[in-house]
Amino acid sequence: MKSFKIERRTNNGYEVIDLHGELDAHTASQLEETLQQLINNKKANIIVNFQKLEYIASAGLGVFMAYIEDVRSIGGDIKLTNMNSKVYNVFDLLGFPTLYDILDDEEKAIKKFLKEK
Amino acid sequence: MKRATTYHKTLNATTKNLSRVRNFVSTQAKKHGFTDNQINDIRLAVDEACTNVIKHAYSFDESKEFNVDLEFDNSSLSIEITDFGIGFNPSKYEAPNLHQRVKQKKRGGMGIFLIKNLMDDLTYDSDGSKNVIKMIKYRN
Repeated sequence: MKSFKIERRTNNGYEVIDLHGELDAHTASQLEETLQQLINNKKANIIVNFQKLEYIASAGLGVFMAYIEDVRSIGGDIKLTNMNSKVYNVFDLLGFPTLYDILDDEEKAIKKFLKEK
Repeated sequence: MKRATTYHKTLNATTKNLSRVRNFVSTQAKKHGFTDNQINDIRLAVDEACTNVIKHAYSFDESKEFNVDLEFDNSSLSIEITDFGIGFNPSKYEAPNLHQRVKQKKRGGMGIFLIKNLMDDLTYDSDGSKNVIKMIKYRN
């Protein structure tokens, strides 16, 4: 198994979460904790980079569903970037592109954030 | 009589086992000539079905067990997941309304929808003591 890992960094003042490995019902709680920490610290402009994520199940998508309203209510957003086609396909099947910004890369996510200011 | 090859695995109801189940089905499906795209679909569908068993049939009780049975023949892969917990009938399940769920901060309820989209056939059978979810993926 490709173990799941989360790394946090900032890019031009935006919080970036890098996801690695496989996100399923077992590993989703780690992502949940990370998002909760950011929200608690009122860090609401969040970019989640999926470049190193190889697999996602609906439990992983459920975490984004549970927190997006909280993040938007404090004036921020969660923007999703760098998904491979396999991972994007799951988001697409469940209708996520109508509710979430899914972008090619972090630069585009930052531009989108700036446009919304 | 059609020629089939079968594989069986019994696992404890813990989400720790999800990656094991995924590896098990992916390895066998690859060995039996399914394409990478088909394997991606099969792997996710099985993950979702097993997650439902662990979460809903057994409420994360790790002492409980479920079975995963694979049957390959010339035209398809048939997967049966059997549990002995609380039943759930996916035929009564409706597609999730994402906008509504997000507003209500609800998660979950997407697994069966995904399985229906990823696999060619989905049936469910429950006799009161055991529940069997059967999924089929055709080669062509």
